[in-house]
Amino acid sequence: MSSVLLSVNQLVKSYGARRAVDGVSFKVLAGQTVGLLGPNGAGKSTIVAMLCGLLRPDAGEVFLGGAPVTVGAAAVKRRIGVVPQDLALYEDLSARENLRLFGALYGLKGRALDARIGHVLGQVNLLDRAGDKPLTFSGGMKRRLNIASALMHDPELLVLDEPTVGVDPQSRNAIFDTLQALQAQGRALIYTSHYMEEVERLADHIVIIDHGKVLADDSPAALYRRLNAQAALRIELAEAAPASLVDALAGQHGVTALQATGLTLEIRLREPGDALPVMGWLQQAGCRPLHFATARTSLEEVFLNLTGRTLRD
Amino acid sequence: MTAFIALVRKDLILFLSDRRALLMSLLLPIVIAAFFGSVFAPDSRGGAIDVALVLQDTSDAGRKIGAGLKSESSLHVRDMTLMDAEQAVRKGERKVAIVVPPGFGEAAGTALFSAGAKPAIRLMYDPSQTAVLAMVKGMLTQQVMSTVSAEMFGGPMGRRLTERGLHQLDVQARAVPATAGADPRDQALHDMLASVQKFQALPAQADDGQGRGRPGTSGGMSMPFTTHDEGLTDQAQAQGYNAYAHAFSGMGVQFILFMGINTGIGILLARRSGVWNRLLAAPVSLAQVILARAASAALIAFGLLCAIFTVGVLVFGVHVASVAGFVGIALGFGLLTAGFGLLIAAFGKTPEAARGIAMFATLVLVMLSGAWVPSFVFPPWVQQLTLVVPTRWAIDGLDAVTWRGLGLEAAAPAIGVELVFALVFMALALWKFGREQR
Repeated sequence: MSSVLLSVNQLVKSYGARRAVDGVSFKVLAGQTVGLLGPNGAGKSTIVAMLCGLLRPDAGEVFLGGAPVTVGAAAVKRRIGVVPQDLALYEDLSARENLRLFGALYGLKGRALDARIGHVLGQVNLLDRAGDKPLTFSGGMKRRLNIASALMHDPELLVLDEPTVGVDPQSRNAIFDTLQALQAQGRALIYTSHYMEEVERLADHIVIIDHGKVLADDSPAALYRRLNAQAALRIELAEAAPASLVDALAGQHGVTALQATGLTLEIRLREPGDALPVMGWLQQAGCRPLHFATARTSLEEVFLNLTGRTLRD
Repeated sequence: MTAFIALVRKDLILFLSDRRALLMSLLLPIVIAAFFGSVFAPDSRGGAIDVALVLQDTSDAGRKIGAGLKSESSLHVRDMTLMDAEQAVRKGERKVAIVVPPGFGEAAGTALFSAGAKPAIRLMYDPSQTAVLAMVKGMLTQQVMSTVSAEMFGGPMGRRLTERGLHQLDVQARAVPATAGADPRDQALHDMLASVQKFQALPAQADDGQGRGRPGTSGGMSMPFTTHDEGLTDQAQAQGYNAYAHAFSGMGVQFILFMGINTGIGILLARRSGVWNRLLAAPVSLAQVILARAASAALIAFGLLCAIFTVGVLVFGVHVASVAGFVGIALGFGLLTAGFGLLIAAFGKTPEAARGIAMFATLVLVMLSGAWVPSFVFPPWVQQLTLVVPTRWAIDGLDAVTWRGLGLEAAAPAIGVELVFALVFMALALWKFGREQR
């Protein structure tokens, strides 16, 4: 079993009368990717600022490998790479000079620094643009350079605060490729986003946050198990199903909800694997499906189930 | 140390790569200083005052007064009609017009030994030139006194007036009853005029050709002293006042403070973007980040001042009397600029709001420093008040080590004051930043 790399215990942070973070706790194991999922204003960035030693919590503690993370904890900060939500680049310095600065901030110098710059630029596919200024980069390239600057000192834990904001789908895929390569190397990641599909794609553990509180802290599979439906089946029939058939279908194994509208059947299933037996039963009952589609229940529904509202409310 | 150097290096690269900022900070002060320097530099006539002379007194005394004024090296006198003189003063072409009325010489001679009405010389002057008026009055007084007294003691007008004066005193003496007795003051005046008459009867001696009395020769009154004018500097070979030196100091200080504003605004922009937090997420302290920014700003300010004065020395003949003193002042001012920039960043809420307030503060600091007009033209209370303005010390220090020709010891107080202000500014900024981080 992996050891605990980061431990967040009962973090609290208030701004005036507003409590932005209210008793947040979670853990990150070595090599694990934890997704912090929550709507805008949920408190994710405040949590990230406290994880990185940028902000003093009003209460609670953060430990990295057993050492407390505080504002002045230089040794601990060397083990964390931070990719802030806003681009943290000097637009008038070349990509290489940007990385030279951030490498030097972590004590790199000389040949080791030059070698690391080349390595990291290769990791984010920007080696051919090393001498160019970010001013001339696309949004996606800037984001990749933003990630590269956080990798300069080869951190154990990479904290990414909404790293795909304002990025086109192609660049987003390029960023995911980079992050998945880092996962494959066994690096631990914390990834905050309000895009459920991003977190679903990357995270092997998800912490759902709303109004500064942790609503759920589990693996994606366990989160889905909290729902009574994890998949949906939509069928268009050649002719309308009789009421007796609809009643019989509702009683089939795996079916948790059913709605018949004209020629369409909307069936909620306990698990994705329940779709095939249901289709077989319909065929035996004499139904002739013209068209069907299956869909997995999303984290959106998990969030809806937990909060009663959607992520983008 | 690696991190600190990297932060400073980053700022230097950013500054040098921003050509607009370089242009603003380097070229503009040189251009404006060159303009002000040329405006305030002594002209080809050595700063002579343009004066119009309306000479309506055609007597010997009147002509001699006119000739005397024209011989003054401090005046540039042109004969004019009354109407032309008035127009010239109104248009600012002449600073003062002197109108010597008809019969002035004789009336002045008469008034010299009697309590009667004194003749008036009309002076028309440009209202913006009151100091010049006083100077012209002084030179006019000298000319009139020497010419009129010379006429009284040696000229035909003097003999005629003396004779008339003696005659009047004799008539008065005869009219007084013997029992009443003569007024001893009349008797004394009679004796003096009689002595003057004897003096006038002596053979005439050489005149200087300009009607000006020479002691012991023409017998006229003259100033009882002469002056030996010497521009005081601390070095035997110093070149003396150079208007460009002060202009380069003033404009250098002003535009480098503008650069200081940009330093502060840059920090505020970095805090607004992710850069500031990204720097602080690294294993560097807040103080390191801030002091590195201060160090780079101070280096840039120092470099700019040196570059500006290099142009001043090479192109405009500015003389740096003490290189050590100049370096001290420039370093002190560099740190002061850095502290000023940090203060703007610490107390400015937004870049936009901070820029407006900082510009106002800078212009006030520059105005009170004597950068635009030398501080000695300020009223005495303003001169005292501006001693609490750090830029005043910077300008005074630069003046000291340039055209005043003084050394490091003269610049030391200014360097000390600059450093104290810089430290106070930086300490305040660090305190405010630290407070916000909590």
